[in-house]
Amino acid sequence: MMSTKIRKVSKYGSFHVAEARIRNMLKWRGIILFEAVVNPTLYLVSIGIGVGSLIDANNGVNGVSYLTFLAPALLASAAIQGSADEVIFPVMEGFKWNRTFFGMRSTTLTAQQISLGVFLAAMARAMFSIVIYWIVLYLFGALESDTAWLAMPAALLAGAAMGAVMLALAAKIENENFFFTLVGRFVMIPMFLFSGTFYPLTQMPTYLQFFGWISPLWHATELGRYLTYDYPLSGLQLSIHIGVLAIMIVAGLFLSTRIFAKRLEK
Amino acid sequence: MTEPLIRARGLTKTYGDFIAVDGIDFDVAKGESFGFLGPNGAGKSTTMRIIGATSVRTSGTLTILGKDPEVNGPQIRAHLGVVPQQDNLDSELTVSENIFIYGRYFGLSSSFINKKIPELLEFAQLEEKKYTKVEALSGGMKRRLTIARSLVSEPDILMLDEPTTGLDPQARHILWDRLFRLKEQGVTLLITTHYMDEAEQLCDRLIVMDKGKIMAEDSPAKLIKDYSTKEVLEVRFGSERNQEMVEILRPLAQRIEVLPDRILLYAEDGEQLLEQIAAKGIHPNTSLVRRSSLEDVFLRLTGRTLVE
Repeated sequence: MMSTKIRKVSKYGSFHVAEARIRNMLKWRGIILFEAVVNPTLYLVSIGIGVGSLIDANNGVNGVSYLTFLAPALLASAAIQGSADEVIFPVMEGFKWNRTFFGMRSTTLTAQQISLGVFLAAMARAMFSIVIYWIVLYLFGALESDTAWLAMPAALLAGAAMGAVMLALAAKIENENFFFTLVGRFVMIPMFLFSGTFYPLTQMPTYLQFFGWISPLWHATELGRYLTYDYPLSGLQLSIHIGVLAIMIVAGLFLSTRIFAKRLEK
Repeated sequence: MTEPLIRARGLTKTYGDFIAVDGIDFDVAKGESFGFLGPNGAGKSTTMRIIGATSVRTSGTLTILGKDPEVNGPQIRAHLGVVPQQDNLDSELTVSENIFIYGRYFGLSSSFINKKIPELLEFAQLEEKKYTKVEALSGGMKRRLTIARSLVSEPDILMLDEPTTGLDPQARHILWDRLFRLKEQGVTLLITTHYMDEAEQLCDRLIVMDKGKIMAEDSPAKLIKDYSTKEVLEVRFGSERNQEMVEILRPLAQRIEVLPDRILLYAEDGEQLLEQIAAKGIHPNTSLVRRSSLEDVFLRLTGRTLVE
């Protein structure tokens, strides 16, 4: 007879992975906090106030001040940046630089729990960035309506969509130089510039609006504008924005689980 | 008869056309220290990963603690401590944080792990490095931390893949000493190595692997007895004369192996053989009598040396 009893396995593996990731982030807390405060301040002063004063002299955008128009977009983009950072670097580190995922894999954790744990921690980081950003926006007077706080969950949705997609992509592309060139030059910056961030997407010729349609930033920004001022969206538009973001989250997480499992089996 | 802790039958792993593990059979009993000896690429690490329930076998059967790793991976891994060939510590975190998070991955409570940490740090002789970032540790310290970390869940089976590769002799001996202690505590050890001295020191029983197959299986002493003579006389004549001397020496020894730089003559009494050679007026440039080792067993079984 076997004298050793088979042990139970924790169901909360992804939370334990997230816990370790957050411990790791805390080592960088100074930089994370600095970035969270300084980034919005720089943007709001230079573009919000600088560019904004010109636009507002011309009656603003959508009937609101430029700062108010810009605020939800900047908030969502901060969420995207925060979650992308906390997905991309841990994935590079986990598979390649320190191989920590292989260490996790030899515990009771499953590939799904590892990938989900990284995602959850990235959401915590995105939420942190969002809250700080929101406070700075508030202090600058960029948030006018009573429901302006709802821009936060809308921004988190953007962070989640981008985080899930990046999780799969960073795990899939094993060559980090290629990955950073691809993502930095051809994803992050164009997305920031072409998602109706600084002007309504409809100002663009239709063939350039395409970038907005596939961008989580544009979908979340539209939601954010709807929630922070009288920006009209139909029920259909609302469902499309939420739907696209939800599909990105579900597909990203599903694919990353599969890619993680495959890479960890090696 | 107690059921073996690990039982493999016809265990096979292929990657496309390449057969990494080729239908091997073995049993490991509880409390045993079991080794996989073989050169790089013999299939040792692949076998370890299959046992570690992180790689799926292509065919054959495998039970660990009576369960199939393909079906009960996480449950089996709950009982395993794994020390991989390449360290995979979190270099940003401190020594004690690394143990802590690893314990958490197993779902252990913070209070349990915190009680365990001082004991593990003592075991790894890293008490003074408790708050040091892993980045700053030496190779030997990292290895010891990896072993300490793998013990946080109090595993029944500790798996070590090439545990001392890349360590200096002193660090190796410290590590061996720690592994002996675990063995005394009844932990089952699975060790892969391409160092014969390590296998002789640590293993009760081992399998010699080459090209995915088991060449022999027994205790180190028994393997040496079965596949080699008691002693070996190593002689060197310089690279040009080695070949011509082989034919003259062949009748004198029980067995002869020619390596690029030296000739190995197998005999029960090496000194006596050396005298016989001298009596024939043959004087090698250098000569050395030593006991047979697993290296000789491997050479006999495969015609190749372990570490080239």
